[in-house]
Amino acid sequence: MDYLLSENELMVKDLARKIAEERILPVRAELDEKEQFPHEIMKVLAESDLFGLIIPEEYGGFGGGCLINCLAVEEISRVCCGVATSYAASALGTYPIILFGNDGQKKKYLPELASGKKIAAFALTESTAGSDASGIRTTAARQADGYLLNGTKQWITNAGEADVYVIIAITDRQKGPRGASAFIVEKGDPGFTFGKKEKKMGIRSSTTGELIFSNCLIPADRLLRREGMGFVAAMHTLDKSRPGVGSQAVGVAQGALEEAIKYAKERVQFERPIISFQAVQHMLADMATQVEAARALVYAVARFVDSGAKDISKVSAMTKLFATDMAMKVTTDAVQVLGGHGYMRDYPVEKMMRDAKILQIYEGTNQIQRNVIGQELNKEFSRKT
Amino acid sequence: MRIVVCIKQVPDAKNVKLDEKTYTLKREGVESIINPFDMYALEEGLRIKEKMGGTVTVVSMGPPQTESSLREAVSYGADETVLLSHRAFAGADTLATSKTLAHGIRKIGFDLIICGKQAIDGDTAQVGPELAAHLDLPHVSFVRKIREITEQSLTVERLMDDGYDVVRLPFPALMTVVKEINLPRMPSLKGKMRAKKIEVSAWGPAEIGLDDTQAGLTGSPTKVVKVFAPQPRGKRELVEGDPAVQAASLLDRLTDDGILKISK
Ligand SMILES: Cc1cc2nc3c(=O)[nH]c(=O)nc-3n(C[C@H](O)[C@H](O)[C@H](O)COP(=O)(O)OP(=O)(O)OC[C@H]3O[C@@H](n4cnc5c(N)ncnc54)[C@H](O)[C@@H]3O)c2cc1C
Repeated sequence: MDYLLSENELMVKDLARKIAEERILPVRAELDEKEQFPHEIMKVLAESDLFGLIIPEEYGGFGGGCLINCLAVEEISRVCCGVATSYAASALGTYPIILFGNDGQKKKYLPELASGKKIAAFALTESTAGSDASGIRTTAARQADGYLLNGTKQWITNAGEADVYVIIAITDRQKGPRGASAFIVEKGDPGFTFGKKEKKMGIRSSTTGELIFSNCLIPADRLLRREGMGFVAAMHTLDKSRPGVGSQAVGVAQGALEEAIKYAKERVQFERPIISFQAVQHMLADMATQVEAARALVYAVARFVDSGAKDISKVSAMTKLFATDMAMKVTTDAVQVLGGHGYMRDYPVEKMMRDAKILQIYEGTNQIQRNVIGQELNKEFSRKT
Repeated sequence: MRIVVCIKQVPDAKNVKLDEKTYTLKREGVESIINPFDMYALEEGLRIKEKMGGTVTVVSMGPPQTESSLREAVSYGADETVLLSHRAFAGADTLATSKTLAHGIRKIGFDLIICGKQAIDGDTAQVGPELAAHLDLPHVSFVRKIREITEQSLTVERLMDDGYDVVRLPFPALMTVVKEINLPRMPSLKGKMRAKKIEVSAWGPAEIGLDDTQAGLTGSPTKVVKVFAPQPRGKRELVEGDPAVQAASLLDRLTDDGILKISK
């Protein structure tokens, strides 16, 4: 369907598709099998300027917004959700600097992130803090010459691969949710190391690992905005990035749908291509309808975010919830359409199904998205009555 | 270093169909692309520029719509573009094409000219070498690797059927390249933005000082007498398996057919 994308939006979409088909498609199965981080592909994405999409032009970026980022992420996810995760996680780590960084911090970090010479990561989760972010234990103690970090972040995408990390740590436990702050940590900071690399079900070409801070002293100018803004920074970042997870979902589902249609036209049983059976056709019809509905929602919300709207938490959560539940269903159905072949690694749909699952979990589980939406509804109707 | 890369706009072979009667290509409605071999030429030009400094100018002779391919080359990193386009250039064979390119390129100025080994529509592999002849340049075709490049000379490997030659040639020079030479890069957004804005100069016979009679159909001695599908080659068979198995089954066949006799 024609979403009346602008010339620049189409340019980004076409470029991302070209890279996905020519450079990612040939290696996606191998990257998955070997659980390899896609260094080469990251370099290609960098040289094509795709890491700068959301970064303002004055800091060397493309000056685009949420929608243009979604278009690139969707095209990459259509071919490989694992590569898309590594790519999109850098935007996740870049958002807090764009949203909460001062001019000095922006000048220092954004140009290199825009060029892709460096990539970023965002670290909130800890063993005691998943859905409940307030459970974080990593501390940042104010010293004369900076902040002393201690603690461990877990399941951080791009751990060890990224050069720039935005982390959330407690600066004042007494203040509860207002006692957390956001900091920029650089790979190579003394006392900052990487722990266990996880073995995963899907998105296996992305790296997920631990960040370990052991008396890690960072300069005071690494603090984003001011003390106490940690959770605000995290929530605003997630509000901006969740449509991106929605676009990963649209991409992987679109990829699975295309594989299913192609297969259904070729596979002959009972002397007919299986696409001629109404049961198969109806499944494909449902899949296509769901993908299109999710895409329409993601694009509409992304445009709303780009309009500068403030009240985006609810709709941003909706994109993630609706699109990722859709992707789980559509990728599962794609495996069904391919039957036994779908279950085999010779075909890409089993990987797509494994990859889709994470989308319902990270950046807030879909239960948490429903909580966000529910709370917003409650607030809206309290105001009205 | 002034590097000139010649590109040709061709129909995308993936989608092109053959006219069953005349054996000519049905080009209508088929998307145009830059000749794939020229993409390797462009990539090599860009790599040489990145190493040695200088500029990459892409030049193409073709109808006005060829402009889109020149802009595409800019999205990959080319600096300048020249379009040789005029009614008088239409219907050119390789001689008229190379003569026209030679005049255009002389006007541009160059140290190194790079062409793809051949165009996928005409498949002659003649334009590069002919261009070198018109410009009186040393040239190497089928270059698969650049071994060394200095301000004075270029040392390359030329792909042969049974290996490769190492050839050194002084500048100015021309080479045609094969696909083994590199993996062309992807375009960049900055390149695409520049490609939208760049001015494409279009030159006709007057601008390049070429006599009309030397160009296009009138300047083309080639006459296409007949186009036909070649006879299929004789019966062939592929022997499968690892080398030892292949060798054994080949030996069996040769002895069975009485071609080889093994004395015990
Ligand atoms: C591959 C991968 C990559 C990740 N990358 C990052 C990253 O880059 N940065 C980062 O900070 N984090 C990252 N995470 C962490 C991720 O965001 C968390 O896993 C996620 O927020 C859920 O936390 P949890 O896994 O601890 O689940 P839990 O919070 O333990 O939840 C378990 C179950 O309980 C449900 N549940 C919990 N609380 C509630 C509630 N109040 N109401 C209803 N249901 C509830 C959940 O929905 C879930 O079904 C990543 C995780 C994975 C697996």
